[in-house]
Amino acid sequence: MYKNVLQNIDNIAIWPVISFVIFFLFFICLLWWVFTTDKKVIDKMKDLPLEKSENNDAYLNL
Amino acid sequence: MELERFSYDNKIVKAFIIATVVFGLVGMLVGLTAAIQLVYPIFNFDTQYTTFGRIRPLHTNAVIFAFVGNAMFAGVYYSMQRLLKARMFSDTLSWIHFWGWQLIILAAAITLPLGMTTSKEYAELEWPIDIAITIIWVVFGWNMIGTIIKRRERHMYVAIWFYIATFITVAVLHLVNSFEMPVTLFKSYSGYAGVQDALVQWWYGHNAVAFFLTTPFLGLMYYFLPKAANRPVYSYRLSIIHFWSLIFIYIWAGPHHLLYTSLPDWAQSLGVVFSIMLIAPSWGGMLNGLMTLRGAWDRVREDPVLKLMVVAITAYGMATLEGPLLSLKDVNAIAHFTDWIVAHVHVGGLGWNGFLIFAILYWVVPRMWNTKLYSTQLANTHFWLGTLGIIFYALPMYVSGVVQSLMWKEFNAEGFLVYKNFLETTVQIIPLYGLRAIGGALYLTGAILMTYNLIKTAYAGNFIANEETSAAPLVKEYVPSRNAGWHHRVLEHKPVIFTVLTLVAILIGGIIEMVPTFIIKSNVPTISTVLPYTPLELHGRDIYIREGCVNCHTQMVRPFRSETERYGEYSKAGEFVYDHPFLWGSKRTGPDLHRVGGKYSNTWHYNHMLTPDAVSTGSIMPAYMWLYEQNIDKDLTAGKISALRKIGVPYDEGYEATANEDLEKQSAEIVKSLKADGIEVPDDAEIIALIAYLQRLGQDIKGAKTAAVEK
Repeated sequence: MYKNVLQNIDNIAIWPVISFVIFFLFFICLLWWVFTTDKKVIDKMKDLPLEKSENNDAYLNL
Repeated sequence: MELERFSYDNKIVKAFIIATVVFGLVGMLVGLTAAIQLVYPIFNFDTQYTTFGRIRPLHTNAVIFAFVGNAMFAGVYYSMQRLLKARMFSDTLSWIHFWGWQLIILAAAITLPLGMTTSKEYAELEWPIDIAITIIWVVFGWNMIGTIIKRRERHMYVAIWFYIATFITVAVLHLVNSFEMPVTLFKSYSGYAGVQDALVQWWYGHNAVAFFLTTPFLGLMYYFLPKAANRPVYSYRLSIIHFWSLIFIYIWAGPHHLLYTSLPDWAQSLGVVFSIMLIAPSWGGMLNGLMTLRGAWDRVREDPVLKLMVVAITAYGMATLEGPLLSLKDVNAIAHFTDWIVAHVHVGGLGWNGFLIFAILYWVVPRMWNTKLYSTQLANTHFWLGTLGIIFYALPMYVSGVVQSLMWKEFNAEGFLVYKNFLETTVQIIPLYGLRAIGGALYLTGAILMTYNLIKTAYAGNFIANEETSAAPLVKEYVPSRNAGWHHRVLEHKPVIFTVLTLVAILIGGIIEMVPTFIIKSNVPTISTVLPYTPLELHGRDIYIREGCVNCHTQMVRPFRSETERYGEYSKAGEFVYDHPFLWGSKRTGPDLHRVGGKYSNTWHYNHMLTPDAVSTGSIMPAYMWLYEQNIDKDLTAGKISALRKIGVPYDEGYEATANEDLEKQSAEIVKSLKADGIEVPDDAEIIALIAYLQRLGQDIKGAKTAAVEK
């Protein structure tokens, strides 16, 4: 029965395609950002719980 | 730059910590009681308020919402302030959150033993309490987002992302799954029915695991592990990737609770595939945690905090491999409805949640009281007792789960079931239930030692109610440096956008899996001979829900020959269209009941419910004598009918006027048949209603052999 309902909706196949495209684009962008981001920024983020440095904007502008 | 002076609120953290410990002990004690009841049914104490069916949800709600919930809040309030360099947005909201949450727990503790339950797992609390949960959750989120907005640390550390995802997703889950039609002040019917209700419930249930038990604790891990180990997390990049993968993928996994049931195949397959994919981001988190300790393993030997964290993270890894493997249909065919699932739950609950909570408490309490832990030795002892406890819990349950499942499936050479009587399979595994209770007792003992240790620590120290600190405020006009990247401008510094994106991510899976099932018109029965329950049967069904029968009995015959031989025709989706809520169940401590209608006489049911052990020797089912002394409230019939009509059950308009006539006619027939066997019982006794309901189960399709069945 579900098959009948789904088959009767026009162009239903577009929806899983849309969700796949969203996933795919999002993760491509995410991976791009993660691997191109400056190591200094990553290290600063890593240290946030340890409260090592004065984490304010002045630091980033060095 | 001018530094602003402010203080971190430790008082609220202390309050949540006390609640965590108290409810941890309470929740574990209720769990231990339930475990012992399965070995010695006498521990049901012959009252309706303490039967297994009533206290099992008390245990689950206590350990999930009262123990883990309060611990989450304690950890979030402690870590968030320090990560964002800001005191919580509003002390008033903090305290409304705290007291509101404890009042909700109190309401649960009162209503659940009274049998006021929706029967939907981890969502048993009835509608007034659901409203309270919504309000308090909003308060929590408001406080949290307010703190994020007024932060002095511009970068939101990954832990904060996990907290935001938790807040957003739990809100969505709770709202969607709590869609229910009230009948009385503490009784409602699920707005969904049958297959749809099952899908919504397990979309909720699995994501409650994901976003209440996992994501906030991954966030806590990302804060407290670096603090305890005094080194940064192994890979920040990995934490970002696995965060997003986790929240995208987790949502889809819900159908793995419904494999080989009447849920449509395409939904089952989606659940399987996404559950397997989930191994990657989950293990990303585990590896990130464990690898953080590379080069520092010698410290794990000495420090109970690190020991607990290592076992917690390892248990997380084990459970997140086991879960996806249990989602494979072949494995699931063996494990579903057995103790293997219980074992899996407790590896995660005792190992990951419990141990991580203990570790955080041992780390944070000495610091908040400005002293050292009273006894490292006692903490180490706790660690060993807890670890043994987990092992004694899980291993017997693995054995009992597989043994019972294989016994259910065993055929002899002539093609007949070897263990035709379900009870034979239960009796075999009772010794393993005993071992499991010992495991639970060990775990609880460890927690008691911890309580003593923490109290002695607090008494030896001086509580720092407000931890003075200072930090520079955020620059008003923020101009990111050239090498900071476009994302700084767009995303990470805009927590509201981040929150919205998180919401989109988690909605995709839910919408795609659930919307098709709602497009089908609910008033078109898929099997024409399936009809709504009669008024008497409705009363009986509500008694079934009240007594928590669904905790031990399923109503879902799977399409395996071992099940069709034992129970009858396998369960079809169309049979459940009027089941508000669905009662498919999760566990067979007793047999499946979907085809019990007509199998036993009314007299058999009468005797069995009164003294199960006399009718089925060796049964661990408690006795339900109050059903014979209490009457159904016929004044409620009209309300039940109209509530159900509002949510799509096709009772005729105005049926309320004659419903009780039908009820009395049907109960008179049952009373007559009992009288023929020498049993005298009043027409309105609750047992009559329950018998009527049980005798209806699975009967409708027997008229469907020649009727048209829509696919």
